[in-house]
Amino acid sequence: MDNIWLVMLIGGLITFGMRFSLIYLFGKFEIPETLKKALHYVPPAVLSALIFPELFIQDGTLNIQLTNFRLLAGIVAIITAWFTRNIMITILVGMAALFILNALGVN
Amino acid sequence: MSESQKAFWDGVKAEIPLLIGVFPFGMIYGALALNAGLSNLASQMMSSIVFAGSAQFITTQLVSEAAPGFVIILTIAVVNLRHMLYSASLAPYLKHLSTKWKALLSYLLTDEAYAPSIIQYEKEGVKLHSHWFLLGAGLALWTNWQISTALGIFLGTRIPNNLQLDFALPLTFIAMVVPVLYVAPVLKKFAMISATLSAGIVALLAYNLPFRLGLILAALVGIIVGTLLEKSNSQEKQNG
Repeated sequence: MDNIWLVMLIGGLITFGMRFSLIYLFGKFEIPETLKKALHYVPPAVLSALIFPELFIQDGTLNIQLTNFRLLAGIVAIITAWFTRNIMITILVGMAALFILNALGVN
Repeated sequence: MSESQKAFWDGVKAEIPLLIGVFPFGMIYGALALNAGLSNLASQMMSSIVFAGSAQFITTQLVSEAAPGFVIILTIAVVNLRHMLYSASLAPYLKHLSTKWKALLSYLLTDEAYAPSIIQYEKEGVKLHSHWFLLGAGLALWTNWQISTALGIFLGTRIPNNLQLDFALPLTFIAMVVPVLYVAPVLKKFAMISATLSAGIVALLAYNLPFRLGLILAALVGIIVGTLLEKSNSQEKQNG
């Protein structure tokens, strides 16, 4: 390993550069309509790409069994979110579901 | 309270559930960084210099494997590629700001600051003080990340057992994305739900790709699916 400080500094600069890139450039070019439309799909696509593995992957492998309590609690949370559209209630119900399943599921 | 203060605190409030989910990760990162052989100071400073969870985890892994510096840098770059997507997505809402503001908000732009902010902006549109919301969310997460890292360094391997608090993270994302699908106008709803499902499924299929590339691939597939479906939908409408 080389100088870790230099590595962190360059890594940090690159990270900042990527975060800054399009925020900085936007408005300096004409953006095609299709691309503007496409941007509205970034939040649901990204969030779902973050959510699915958290629910379906257990210890590195796909688990769609009833023994996957995170998946079950996640489904409970999705249903709760659909009907309440309330962030706090959804989180509390989801956490409660996971705790209860874990408590019941201990053999 | 001024409008900007209100927006700032709204951002902080929206971030709170994510803080609960992130805190254990910060602690684990701190402990892992020490284990990998980084000094206390370097472990802590990585949380403010790089300030990107997944990249920091992978860096500690690479450091402990004594990987060459350029490999670590390249890895950080690839792992953080997804931030360009966030940058593009937020850009229209921040275009009126000064370069200083843009730079500050970019530094704070993580997964967890992006999520509540973009949900807020897509719902409310751009207002004069909107950027304070992202500042509030971003600073709350930043502070939380520094403190949890410090605690992890301090406690080392004596971190309390997993309380499953990290589950608050996907739950918060669920609580954010489902209402977006619910309120989507009828014409866009099908496209939105298809984008969400296809991204999720690709994220599972591509889970084993290195450098979190699966996440970007999944997001891109979701975005393309949604955009194409919306297009064909509106064309049908015009033709019919």
